[in-house]
Amino acid sequence: MTVPSSALGRLLRTPRGLGAAIVLAIIVLAAILAPVIAPYDYAAQNLRNANMDPGALHWLGTDEFGRDLFSRIIYGARTSLTVGVTSISISMVCGMALGAAAGYFGGAFDRVVTMVVDLSWSFPEILLALILIAILGPGLASTMIAISIAYLAQFTRLTRAQVMALKSETYVEATISLGAGSGHVLFRHLLPNAVTPVIVAGMLATGDAIILEATLGFFGLGAQPPTPSWGAMMSSGTAQIFIAPWIIIFPGLAIAITVIAINLFGDALIDALDIRQRLREG
Amino acid sequence: MALLDLSDVTVSIGALTPLDRIAFSIEAGEIIGVVGESGSGKSLTAMAVMGLLPLIGGRITSGAVRFADVELNRLPERDYRALRGRRIALISQNPMTSLDPIRRVGEQIDQVSMMHLGLGTEQARLRSVDMMRQLRIPEADVVHGNYPHQLSGGMKQRIVIAMALAADPELIVADEPTTALDVTIQAQIIQIMVEMARRKNVALMLITHDMGVVAQACDRVVVLYAGRVAETGSVERIFAAPRHPYTKSLIGCIPVEGLPPGGLKGIDGVVPGVANYPTGCRFHPRCSLAQDRCKIEAPLLRALDEGAAACHLAGDPP
Repeated sequence: MTVPSSALGRLLRTPRGLGAAIVLAIIVLAAILAPVIAPYDYAAQNLRNANMDPGALHWLGTDEFGRDLFSRIIYGARTSLTVGVTSISISMVCGMALGAAAGYFGGAFDRVVTMVVDLSWSFPEILLALILIAILGPGLASTMIAISIAYLAQFTRLTRAQVMALKSETYVEATISLGAGSGHVLFRHLLPNAVTPVIVAGMLATGDAIILEATLGFFGLGAQPPTPSWGAMMSSGTAQIFIAPWIIIFPGLAIAITVIAINLFGDALIDALDIRQRLREG
Repeated sequence: MALLDLSDVTVSIGALTPLDRIAFSIEAGEIIGVVGESGSGKSLTAMAVMGLLPLIGGRITSGAVRFADVELNRLPERDYRALRGRRIALISQNPMTSLDPIRRVGEQIDQVSMMHLGLGTEQARLRSVDMMRQLRIPEADVVHGNYPHQLSGGMKQRIVIAMALAADPELIVADEPTTALDVTIQAQIIQIMVEMARRKNVALMLITHDMGVVAQACDRVVVLYAGRVAETGSVERIFAAPRHPYTKSLIGCIPVEGLPPGGLKGIDGVVPGVANYPTGCRFHPRCSLAQDRCKIEAPLLRALDEGAAACHLAGDPP
């Protein structure tokens, strides 16, 4: 209902949309089926095979501890996607609740929310996330919390703008004039109508969140070893960059391909749903 | 006792007073036409009755709106909500935008009876489909599952009417229900509404700027001009012997058969804006009969043999 099936059909008929969807599907499947696909244990060290070239034995080579890079990248997809999807979902739900309440009820609550949102909007997400991790301490859970809070403003703003625009629609007045209360108007009419652009914005933000997670991982603030994370893998690869450049190249490619696929898919979704204008309102 | 009684209702929005001492009443089962040009306060009157003025930042500053035994203007919002849709329902101007675009139209009708009559999903559905059939919607059970964009304007307005009727209200306020529709189906929709109102003995407050519709459908008329009642009376009396010059001019605007080309009269000038209402009788700048007195002294609404009129000259039939 929120993303009509006809729009998905339109999306898959464009080469860009179809390509992005296929790449994304492969990445997601690989992450889910990691234990089946991965040829090696992602944490198994073999120092004798450290920094091996990509080849038949280790498709993408090994890192400085002799761990299989291909296995680690596949498990790293789990980390990246989990962090991206979870933190953006949390952010979206909270942002929609805040934005809807602010937009619908207005008044002092709206002014406070708008002020806080504008304030946090003025910080780059990375800075906000770094501050939050400094407070919460490094780790996977705090990465997710930090990312959710860093993107909260965006969803609050967008939902608020949608709800405010929809609030003055005749059908809202018509529903009220037939006896509906605030809860009914908000949950049955306003939010369902506002949700499509928010979901698409969430899709695009997931790509950003994956980059943010990788950045935090690169600084050693994200998932802690031995949990594989693309950012942390790149970071460990910097020391080997002249001996074994693939250690930094392959996780980097994984990030790039994933994020580009997400962005292209989101972009195609925007066109298929014809909501570019509505997204700008936020 | 009248079903709905407005006594000297004055409405303010900020510093403006767009409605000034509106007074009229509606009996149970009666169809009353509220007429006037754009800007005369028709829709605001509807909002005052529905208790929706706060939505546009307005409020009733004096006077009383009584509905059966309830004093509406003193009613807490919570109780008002229980009344809306259940005892008084609103049909708004534009059926194109009165329906939620992403929900099935049938669901939107079901919702009203579920909310007010406590019906279950299936009961509500049967009731809605039955109502849709009574409104002569073909293939009602199929249309029940359609989305608004799949329906024509006339069908959408029937859905909106079905929503208004869903909880068996005693009064329906219809705010220009056919303005947004093609001329060809306007008459049809009015006819269906009147038919349903008569059959179910629902009082209908039909807001329109079309005196032709009034002549065709209503029992009584309330003529509004610039936020005041100009005249009230039965349809027969109003059309046979209008007492207010404004009423007379409105009747002059109805196209009739055999009119020579260019013979259709309009009313010169426009309704003044709420911020600059003229002194005295608000119609005097446009009135051909205006005298000095009309410019200074606002005429009171005086009872006549049949109805009431607010004109200094209304004593003698014009």
